[in-house]
Amino acid sequence: MSLNLEDVARIARLARIELSAAERETTRDQLNGILGFIEQLQAVDTAGIEPMAHAVDVVQRLRPDTVTETDRRADFQALAPETEAGLYLVPRVVE
Amino acid sequence: MNWEVVIGLETHAQLRTKSKIFSGSSIAFGAEPNVQASAVDIALPGVLPVLNREAVVCAIKFGLAVGAQIAPRSIFARKNYFYPDLPKGYQISQFEIPVVLGGGLTIRVGAGDTATEKFVHLTRAHLEEDAGKSLHEDFHGRTGIDLNRAGTPLLEIVTEPEMRSSAEAVAYAKALHALVQWIGICDGNMQEGSFRCDANVSVRPLGQKEFGTRREIKNLNSFRFMQQAIDFEVQWQINEIEEGRAIHQATVLFDPDSGETRSMRSKEDAHDYRYFPDPDLLPLEITADWIAQVKSGLPELPQAMKARFEADYGLSPYDAAILTGSRGMAEYFTAAVDVCNQPKLVANWVINEVRRSMSEGASDQEGEPLASEVRDGLPGRDVIRIPAGKLAKLISRITDATISNAGAKKVFIELWTGPDQEVDEVIERMGLKQITDTGAIEALVDEVLAANQKSVEEYRAGKEKAFNALVGQAMKATRGKANPQQVTDLLKKKLGA
Amino acid sequence: MSDLINSSLRELSAALAAKKVSAVELATLFLDRVEKFNPALNAFITLDHEKTLAQARAADERLKVPKGTQSAGAGDPAISPLCGIPLAHKDIFCTKGWRTTCGSKILANFVSPYDANVVEKLAAAGMVTLGKLNMDEFAMGSSNETSYFGPVKNPWDVSCVPGGSSGGSAAAIAARLTPAATGTDTGGSIRQPAALCGLTGLKPTYGVVSRYGMIAFASSLDQGGPMAKSAEDCALLLSAMAGFDARDSTSLERPPEDYSRDLDQPLTGLRIGLPQEFFGAGMDADVRAAVETALAEYRKLGATTVEVRLPNSGLSVPAYYVIAPAEASSNLSRFDGVRYGHRAPEYADLAEMYSRTRAQGFGAEVKRRILIGAYVLSHGYYDAYYLQAQKIRRLIAADFVAAFKECDVIMGPTSPSVAFAFGAKSADPVQMYLSDIYTISTNLAGLPGMSLPCGFGNNDMPVGLQIIGNWFGEAKMLNVAHQYQKATDWHTRMPGGVK
Repeated sequence: MSLNLEDVARIARLARIELSAAERETTRDQLNGILGFIEQLQAVDTAGIEPMAHAVDVVQRLRPDTVTETDRRADFQALAPETEAGLYLVPRVVE
Repeated sequence: MNWEVVIGLETHAQLRTKSKIFSGSSIAFGAEPNVQASAVDIALPGVLPVLNREAVVCAIKFGLAVGAQIAPRSIFARKNYFYPDLPKGYQISQFEIPVVLGGGLTIRVGAGDTATEKFVHLTRAHLEEDAGKSLHEDFHGRTGIDLNRAGTPLLEIVTEPEMRSSAEAVAYAKALHALVQWIGICDGNMQEGSFRCDANVSVRPLGQKEFGTRREIKNLNSFRFMQQAIDFEVQWQINEIEEGRAIHQATVLFDPDSGETRSMRSKEDAHDYRYFPDPDLLPLEITADWIAQVKSGLPELPQAMKARFEADYGLSPYDAAILTGSRGMAEYFTAAVDVCNQPKLVANWVINEVRRSMSEGASDQEGEPLASEVRDGLPGRDVIRIPAGKLAKLISRITDATISNAGAKKVFIELWTGPDQEVDEVIERMGLKQITDTGAIEALVDEVLAANQKSVEEYRAGKEKAFNALVGQAMKATRGKANPQQVTDLLKKKLGA
Repeated sequence: MSDLINSSLRELSAALAAKKVSAVELATLFLDRVEKFNPALNAFITLDHEKTLAQARAADERLKVPKGTQSAGAGDPAISPLCGIPLAHKDIFCTKGWRTTCGSKILANFVSPYDANVVEKLAAAGMVTLGKLNMDEFAMGSSNETSYFGPVKNPWDVSCVPGGSSGGSAAAIAARLTPAATGTDTGGSIRQPAALCGLTGLKPTYGVVSRYGMIAFASSLDQGGPMAKSAEDCALLLSAMAGFDARDSTSLERPPEDYSRDLDQPLTGLRIGLPQEFFGAGMDADVRAAVETALAEYRKLGATTVEVRLPNSGLSVPAYYVIAPAEASSNLSRFDGVRYGHRAPEYADLAEMYSRTRAQGFGAEVKRRILIGAYVLSHGYYDAYYLQAQKIRRLIAADFVAAFKECDVIMGPTSPSVAFAFGAKSADPVQMYLSDIYTISTNLAGLPGMSLPCGFGNNDMPVGLQIIGNWFGEAKMLNVAHQYQKATDWHTRMPGGVK
């Protein structure tokens, strides 16, 4: 399984990372190198093995339903590239 | 060609918790933008989610109420996509293993005693977080993002594609709307977006087994719009197919102004969400003990209560269905019956007078009374303006012959529209007390008989109608204050009937 | 005064308690060294003398209360032995009021509005923050060459890498610019730079140290831990860093531990497992020689060695390079130029704002891993890559369970080679990934691991000995490392260029 330039463009679009045409080619080669390396996993027989999603076998702890947060909008929006009237501004979203 | 409509609904019910599903921010509606958006909600680097116990309790309640299986172990996954109102770039939701599996709801389609019942199966219900809001106006061509809603707990409830008309879809949505309020997990406020439906709609030639290609109508926030949107969509799909065009899977929006559905600007990768188990959240374990504990705190459910009303009170299925249409209505009815012990009379009064008075003052876009607000007392919603105890008192004044039925209706209107006052005071003040003195009525009856000899003769000649005329004259003479039954009995006696 | 730069934390603590030195003097001593040596090393990327000295003054106030006593008033806790001792934080830990960059352009101007749990805990102990330490961008790297702020140089030889991703932490301690530092380890990022810079570093069992405020790379593998000159220092630091945190769902609810408690236990009867897979062809001869010598020392200390098998450990690097990029691709989606961080100055629409912001904000290695991660999770490939890697992860963990039936700790090299020259591996991502071949399996299994200096190899560069403990075996590992450090002096060596 190796990626072509369209695959790279599709993945880059999914990940929202702009790639120039030249970058697309080097990216393709590097990604194919990495995919070639991880390809060896396919040869392993894992029938009946439960996937391991977490390093520890414990269950989710639950938080009591209480409001513990206070308004920190001013602190947080001081970090933002663009705000107005308490809102974060972005280029127009078209639905 | 005859077409069959196939509809499945996905409903997002906002859960009635105090804080968000993964953070300690308030979910109160109507705050200034972004003041209820904590570090976790705006996805600062390094922050982590911790699950709200109450959101899980809500899911368990729902699972129990629809007779579903509650997963002993369910998994939170990440649904990855970029959108400015989705701060983490993924939504935490349940994908492969949801908390609630199966179950279903009985719906009633149609009106009156000809209504039919149908059981709608649920596929699943799962916990997830809401996104923020995008505001498109007033920012010189830019979009403003408010993240107060981001992280609000939602239960997404998914049906099998079992509905066959917009009427069935609306009946299901109303039944679900009533149920989530009944068990107290959602406030049901559709204007504020607490209860939102997406409808998956397709059509197929009648008799065909395979489903047609479906289009999903997003964010239907009223029952009326749901009906309009589905009806438009169905007709549109039929026209397309009949004109030889294929239906393509799409997400569409309903425009209430034009009454039409339109396709959203499609994103080619919109469906590659790259779901995977969220490594920040561990498996959610729900023990049998926990389920039992939640169960013991659940109220009697509408179907059980409906059956009880039919069996114990002899109510018709139709009446029992209306009275259990919302928990507020049912509690009102039960409270009144507890006082006056006249279930059938109370049922009639609630179904007719109370509901009519509510719908006259109702502000809901649907024109449907929202009786649960008796319990909630939420501002800006319609309430039953006569406490159950007073309605019961009024009804007992009918049964003890203090007032007539017609008089009681006048008292009812006064109680509904006027200030807080006692039933007996109103009866007294409005002069509606019936004459119960037999001697006085007898004298009046004698006068009526004397003045209406013609009617008397006609009655004796076998004309039943003439008797009714005499009753009418007698009631008129008492200015409505006599008990009609008493007048009838006396007349019959005098006429030797 | 200047001999304090080689002192252990206990010695510094004693000097502070005896008023031989103040916290302010100690902070100033190290800040002066930072000023002198950092330009050549590039270990620190953010300094704030005012904040540092304010913390030091506050520590001096607290130190006025006699040690081990309670003040008469509102119940001041007994003073921590760490009070007044300086340390520096890897720039992956959010520090309130300090720039926190994670080594990335996308956060180059991000001043954190909150403290990470680890930062909070060490501050509560009275430790004084000297500054923020350079690192591979988003902790993705084994050489510190991926930092937006330029590479960190190895103080033993500035033409060599310090290792990564906690390379700034390692270089700063090795150069005696700080007595201690925090690090994080997703695939070896504490242990490998510790080895390459001749230090002691410990990655705890997953869940022992809170991840709250530690900028996520791969959530199911990331774990913060201490880096210092010795195991004894690491034990003190870990006791202050570890503990349950309700804000991290994966933080484990365990009673607090004193990780120094077993330091002085003798090693008689200790069973050391030697996985044959760690002693194969991949290891350089100089590293092998140093490790073998260390094992001989352990036998002298009363330990026995047994061969164990970790048959699936060869799969750990490929499995890791599916799981870690997958989690990272999702974790790094929040860097979108909307609420904080870099936003591209020019764009036509929203889609372009996203893709340019991220193209400009992330470096090449981070982009590569995001793309690999997006690919292995994408429609049609999830089962073949991600799910398969998670199944292999379980096989790898099961190998350790079996091995620990036969031994108390596992030992081997930390890194297959000593520190390499800049550029030696940066052209080939896979070669770079193989630098972590001995460290990655412990992250996949969630086990604790540490690295300690055990000699010098080619070009007189340090060699690290890796110890892998059983789950929650931190105190045991520290005991095993401390006994070795009592018998040897590798951990006291200091690079010549920073004297």
